[in-house]
Amino acid sequence: MENLGGLFNPSSPQMEALAGLTYYTIAISAVILGIIVIAVAYIVIRYRKKPGDDGEPYQDFGNLKIEVVWTIIPVAIVAVLFLLTCSTMRAIDPPPGDREPDLLVIGHQWWWEIRYPASGVMTANEIHIPAGEKLLVRLESIDVIHDFWVPELGRKIDLVPGHPNYMWLVAGEPGVYIGACAEFCGDQHANMLIRVVAETEEEFKKWQEEQLVVPRTPESGIAAEGARLFQTLACMNCHTIRGTAAAARVGPDLTHIADRDTIGAGVLTNTPENLAKWLANPQRYKQGSYMPNMKLSDSEVKSIVAYLEALDEQ
Amino acid sequence: MSSRIPLVPENAAPLPSLKENNGLLAWVASVDHKQIGIMYLIITLVYFLLGGLEALLIRIQLAHPGNDFLTPEMYNQLFTMHGTTMIFFVVMPFLIGVGVYLLPLMIGARDMAFPRLNALSFWLFFFGGILLYYSFFTQSGAPDVGWFAYSPLSEKPFSLNKGPTYWALGLLASGIGSVASGLNNVVTILTMRTPGMTMRRIPLFVWMIFVTSLLLIFVIPIITAAFAMMLLDSLLGATFFTPAHGGSAILWQHFFWGFGHPEVYILILPAFGIISEVIPVFSRKPIYGYEFVAASTVAIGLLSLGVWAHHMFAVGLGNVANAYFSLASMLIAIPTGVKVLNWVATMWGGRINFATPMLFGTAFIIEFVIGGLTGVAIASVPIDWVVTDSYFIVAHFHYAIFGGSVFAIFAGVYYWFPKFTGRMLSETLGKWHFWLTVIGFNMTFFVQHFLGVMGMPRRTYTYHDMPYWGSMNLLSTIGALILGLSAIVFVWNILVSLRNGKPAGDNPWNAWTLEWATTSPPAVENFELVPPVRGRRPLWDLAHPDQPDEPGAKIV
Ligand code: HEM
Ligand SMILES: [Cu+2]
Repeated sequence: MENLGGLFNPSSPQMEALAGLTYYTIAISAVILGIIVIAVAYIVIRYRKKPGDDGEPYQDFGNLKIEVVWTIIPVAIVAVLFLLTCSTMRAIDPPPGDREPDLLVIGHQWWWEIRYPASGVMTANEIHIPAGEKLLVRLESIDVIHDFWVPELGRKIDLVPGHPNYMWLVAGEPGVYIGACAEFCGDQHANMLIRVVAETEEEFKKWQEEQLVVPRTPESGIAAEGARLFQTLACMNCHTIRGTAAAARVGPDLTHIADRDTIGAGVLTNTPENLAKWLANPQRYKQGSYMPNMKLSDSEVKSIVAYLEALDEQ
Repeated sequence: MSSRIPLVPENAAPLPSLKENNGLLAWVASVDHKQIGIMYLIITLVYFLLGGLEALLIRIQLAHPGNDFLTPEMYNQLFTMHGTTMIFFVVMPFLIGVGVYLLPLMIGARDMAFPRLNALSFWLFFFGGILLYYSFFTQSGAPDVGWFAYSPLSEKPFSLNKGPTYWALGLLASGIGSVASGLNNVVTILTMRTPGMTMRRIPLFVWMIFVTSLLLIFVIPIITAAFAMMLLDSLLGATFFTPAHGGSAILWQHFFWGFGHPEVYILILPAFGIISEVIPVFSRKPIYGYEFVAASTVAIGLLSLGVWAHHMFAVGLGNVANAYFSLASMLIAIPTGVKVLNWVATMWGGRINFATPMLFGTAFIIEFVIGGLTGVAIASVPIDWVVTDSYFIVAHFHYAIFGGSVFAIFAGVYYWFPKFTGRMLSETLGKWHFWLTVIGFNMTFFVQHFLGVMGMPRRTYTYHDMPYWGSMNLLSTIGALILGLSAIVFVWNILVSLRNGKPAGDNPWNAWTLEWATTSPPAVENFELVPPVRGRRPLWDLAHPDQPDEPGAKIV
C-alpha cells in the first residue's frame, strides 16, 4: 500500500508526539461515539412504537444523581486531555531562548523565501536541512498572513506580518517532505507548496557549498544572449542573481534555480522544457501570480532558459 | 392589568394583518410576527439553495486534482460566498425567523413586544443580503477573502476587489437587524408570558432562544465595530489592520473571533432548542432533566464568550494564552455532553414514533456528537496545530453546523410545517429527503477528516495529486451531488404539500406546548383563549387531568 502521508507518516520526534496525542484522543472519542451509537441503536429497536400500542409510556422527569454522574465523567476526561495537551505542547514547542535562528522563512504571495543567516545561503520554496538536527526557524511575512505546514514534520505556524514567530524544525530521516501554505492568502494559495529536503550531513554540506558559489555570467553563445535579456527585459526588477546587478526580492532568487525541484512553488516540475513553458506565460500555470507574462519570443525564451541552466554548470 | 405601568406599551392602533389585506403589500407592510417569521423562512430557503449551489460548484472543481472547471478567482468568490451565505443568511436567520414565529405562540402572547422593530429586523436582513449578492454583478466581483476576511488580505493593497466592502456593509446591516431581534426576543420572553408561564416552565426552545438572544446582543456589536474599522481602512485610508502602517493584522482576528466563536453557539443553541421540543413529543415523554438542559444552555452561553482564541492557536500567541483558551474550550464539552445524554435519556423507555421530524432528530444526535468530539479534539492545542486550516476543519464544522444545526432545522420544518400552513408535509418524500441527506452528508464530509490529517489544506482551488487524495475528493463530490438531490426533494415536498398536503388539524403530533392549542395556521391574534398554564406541558395537563406534571400547581 502506498504511504498515506501526513499524520500517518510521522517523521520527526515532534510529529511522533503530536500523532501520539491525536491517536489517544481519537481512541477516547471513538469509545464515546460508540457508546452513544449503541445506545441510540438500542433505543431505535427497543422503543420504537409498536402498531396498536397507543398508551403513554412512564413519564420520567429525570434523576439528580444520574445527572451529577454524567456531569462528572466528562470533567474527568477533560482533565486528562488537558494535562496531555499541556505536556505535548511544551515538548514540541519549547521557547527559543536567546538562540539565533538557523533558518529564516519569509512568506510572499505565493512563494517562500528561505535564508540561512549563518552561511548566507538564499533560496526559494525548498528548504535543505541536515537530517536529525534540530533547527530554530524564524518565520515572517512581508505581505499577508501565510502558514507554514509540513504535515509529516510537525506543527503549523502562521507567518504574520509585523509579528515574527519561531518554531523548531527537525526531520528524523533523509527524504523529501512536502508541505503547503495553510492560511488562505489570495488567488494562488493553492500553489504555495514548500519542500523540505532532509539530507545526510555530507550531502547538506555539499549542497551548501554549491549554493554559495557565485556563478560567472556566460560570455558567449545563447546563454550570454539570455544573460543580456535578463538584464534588459526587466526580469532583474523582481529577481536576484548573485554576481549580477539583479538584486530584487519581489520574486524568488534565481541564482541556483536549476538545482531546485519545482517551478512556481510547486506548479511545475523543474525541467528545461517546463521552465520554457513557464517563461512563455506564467499566468497560464499560475493565474494571478505576480510574475507577469513578459511576452517573450520563442528565441528569447530559449536564450533565457539556457542562461538560467548555465548558472549551475560552472 | 394591575396598577403597575406595563413595561411594553400596548399598541395604540391595530396592527395590519394577513387576514385584512391580500397580496404582496400585505406581506411587505406586515408587522405580524407570524408573517415576518414566514418571510424569514422563505428567504432563508432561497439562500439555502444559492449557498448549496455554490457548494456544488466548489465540489465539482475539487472532483479531481488539477481540474480547471473554475478559475481561482471564481473559486475564491464561491467559497467565500458559500460560507458567508450559509452562516449569515441561512442558519442564523432561519433560527431567528422560526423563533420570531414561535416565541409568542409558545409563551401564550399575541405578538412580539415590539412588532415594528421586528419588521425592521427582517428588512435589514433582507437588504443586507441583497447588498452582499449585488457584489456578484459589480465589475470586481463578489468578496473573495473567505468568510473570516482576515486582514491584511482583505485590505488594500492586497484586495483591490470591492467585494470585501460589500461584504462588510451587507453584514453590518443584517447584524444590526439581529441585535434588534435579540432585544425584541429578550423583552418578549421577560414581559409577555401568559399567567402561569413562569421562567421555570417556558419551553426549552424558548430558553435557548433567550440565551441566544443575549449572545446576539453582546457579540454582534463587536463585529459591527470591526466592520466599521474595516470600512474606515478601505474607504478612508485608516490603518487599523495594516501592519505596514502601524496597524495590527492580529487585531482583526481578535475582533472577528470575539464575535465569531459565540456566533457558532448562536447557530447551535436554537437548534438544541428544536431538538429539545421534538424528541420528547415523538418519544411521548417529558424532557429528561429540564433544569439541567436549561442550565447547561446558560453555561454554554457564558463559556462561549471566553474561548475565541482557540481559532488562533497557530498565530503564535504563546503557550500560556493557548493553554487558557484550550481549557476554556474543553469545558464547553461538559454542558454539551450533559444535553446529549439528556436527549438520549428522554428517548429511553419511550414509545417512539419515527416520523420524519424524529428521524432528523435522532440522526442529529449522532452527527452532532461526531462534530462535537472532533471539536474537543481540536480544542487541544497540539492537535489543532496539526489540523487547523485543513480539510479536517471543513469536516468538523460541517458535522457541527450541517449535521447539527441544519439537521435540527429540517426536524423543525417537518415538525412545525403543519402549524405554519395547516397542511402536513408528505412523509414519503420526507423519508426520501432524510435518507438522501444522511447518505450524502456523511459521504461528503466523513472522508474529509482523513484528507485533512493527510495534509490537504482548505480553501485551495486545486490540489496536487498525492496518494488517495483524488479518489477521496471524488467520493466527497459524489456525496455532495446526492445532497443536492436531497435538497430538490425537500423543496419539492414543500411545494406539493403546500397545495395538496393532508390537512393537519390543530395538533397533529399530539404535542404539549401552547402553539398547538390554537388553529393551524394560527389566527391573527394567535389564540382565541390561552389555556391555563399549571406546568411545563399545558396540553398534557389538559389531556390528563388525573396525572398533571406538577400536582397541585395553581394558576399564579
Ligand atoms: C451541500 C452541502 C455542502 C457542501 C457540499 C459544502 C461544501 C463545502 C466545501 C467544499 C467547503 C470548503 C471550501 C474551501 O475550503 O475551499 C465549504 C466551506 C464552508 N461551508 Fe460548506 N458545504 C455544504 C453545506 C454547508 C452548510 C449547510 C453550511 C452551514 C450552515 C456550510 C458552511 C460552510 C462554511 C462556513 C464554510 C467555510 C467557508 C470559508 O472557508 O470561508 N456549508 N463547504
Ligand atoms: Cu499563503
